[in-house]
Amino acid sequence: MNEVTSVDTGDLFSKFDDLIQTRETLLSSGIEDPYNLVMEKVLSPTRAICNGRDTILLGTYNYMGMTFDPDVIEAGKDALEKFGSGTTGSRVLNGTYQGHKDCEDALIEFYGMDHAMVFATGYQANLGIISTIAGKGDYVVLDIDSHASIWDGCAMGNAEIVPFKHNDVEAMEKRLRRIPEGAKTLVVLEGVYSMLGDVAPLKEMVRIAKEHGAMVLVDEAHSMGFIGENGRGVCEEQGVMDDCDFIIGTFSKSVGTVGGFCVSNHPKFEIMRLVCRPYVFTASLPPSVVATAATSIRKLQHGSNKRAHLWENSKRLHAGLLDLGFSLGTDTPQSAIVAVIMPDLTQGAMMWEALLKEGLYVNLARPPATPANMTLLRCSLCAEHSAEEVETILGMFERAGKKVGII
Amino acid sequence: MDRASIDETIRNLIEPFNKKLVAITDATTFANDLEFDSLTVMDFVAAIEDEFDIIISMNQQAEIENFGQLIDAVVKIQGA
Repeated sequence: MNEVTSVDTGDLFSKFDDLIQTRETLLSSGIEDPYNLVMEKVLSPTRAICNGRDTILLGTYNYMGMTFDPDVIEAGKDALEKFGSGTTGSRVLNGTYQGHKDCEDALIEFYGMDHAMVFATGYQANLGIISTIAGKGDYVVLDIDSHASIWDGCAMGNAEIVPFKHNDVEAMEKRLRRIPEGAKTLVVLEGVYSMLGDVAPLKEMVRIAKEHGAMVLVDEAHSMGFIGENGRGVCEEQGVMDDCDFIIGTFSKSVGTVGGFCVSNHPKFEIMRLVCRPYVFTASLPPSVVATAATSIRKLQHGSNKRAHLWENSKRLHAGLLDLGFSLGTDTPQSAIVAVIMPDLTQGAMMWEALLKEGLYVNLARPPATPANMTLLRCSLCAEHSAEEVETILGMFERAGKKVGII
Repeated sequence: MDRASIDETIRNLIEPFNKKLVAITDATTFANDLEFDSLTVMDFVAAIEDEFDIIISMNQQAEIENFGQLIDAVVKIQGA
């Protein structure tokens, strides 16, 4: 037998070498790893002990602060005791408990739609719905800045994928116009785009999509609970709920737990439960999770005071950061996300660390997750941040920004 | 439009994206020779789509690595 040679010809991991190198270079400067933060204790929706420090949380998507709501916690404990720790089964076999139906009923009430389907995560909801309804020969027209779960749903479904420039109504219309006659089309949009926190012109886009005979799917992950009179999202605020064929959402942001869903008025929607593989071939959510989700969703319906306070927070943080001289992802506050644009990854990582040492956690977002190869410090506000806390946060940004030399 | 005029039109369209003034042949690749990133690809593809009033889907783009393949694809889409 031949001896195994020691020449490094690489293996399947060779493709990650560049990324490994970038990471090692960054960490060798002594900086704290932005992707390896541990929260030792979580004190509230807005405070935690992170890497040993008392820290204000400004990057959690916990928009409505429901994670420690006493009613939500009680519902979870109750379900855990009565129904056990998990279902050990698919929704279509032994994994549908009364709590799963109740959670879907809560979504039907919340959105005022006919059907609701709960998935294990928001990622799986997009993956499952898009890949199942748009197959070979169909067309998916989508915004170039769409979330990874949307792209992955497109890739899995084998449809013809046609992206258009971010939030560009004309670019979308041109592509719809060029689709061959008779082909069936799905237009995929998001209410709030999570990287920059900007809102889509859904009113025009949905109208144009419908004029071209397309079906419309809107991902409202970052707007549910906060935007719109009843917290239904950007579709509600822009008056296009009735023209949306599918709304996708998540429980891991405003709802404050984990899970994903799709709501629809389509008369044949229920067949999805049998044909959608990411729904069928995985275990259903634990009873405690769907119980907390259902309770939280019903409370969010009546959360208008919290919504108003969250808007105040978003406006104040946005204006304050602009005044300090930071450049932001949007000219105006459009959502609960305020994205601070960093000059490059190194300074972004330094700023992230300086903020952490001040006692503030934000998300460091970098390519390829970000548009235009930007490095962002992404702040997501919570309705439970007090007005004083927002001022404290601005003080931290000022000190850290001066220390790193960004402002 | 025949292949030669499609070739000429696309040669003109690529100019603003060819920042390093790479000499373009059929074998010139977009990723390696021209160093197009994903944003440049999107803008360049949009320019071609608008010029010829066609769609070049991502699926079709995945098959195109060099300039010659792009011309062939546009010829084919135009003829379809």
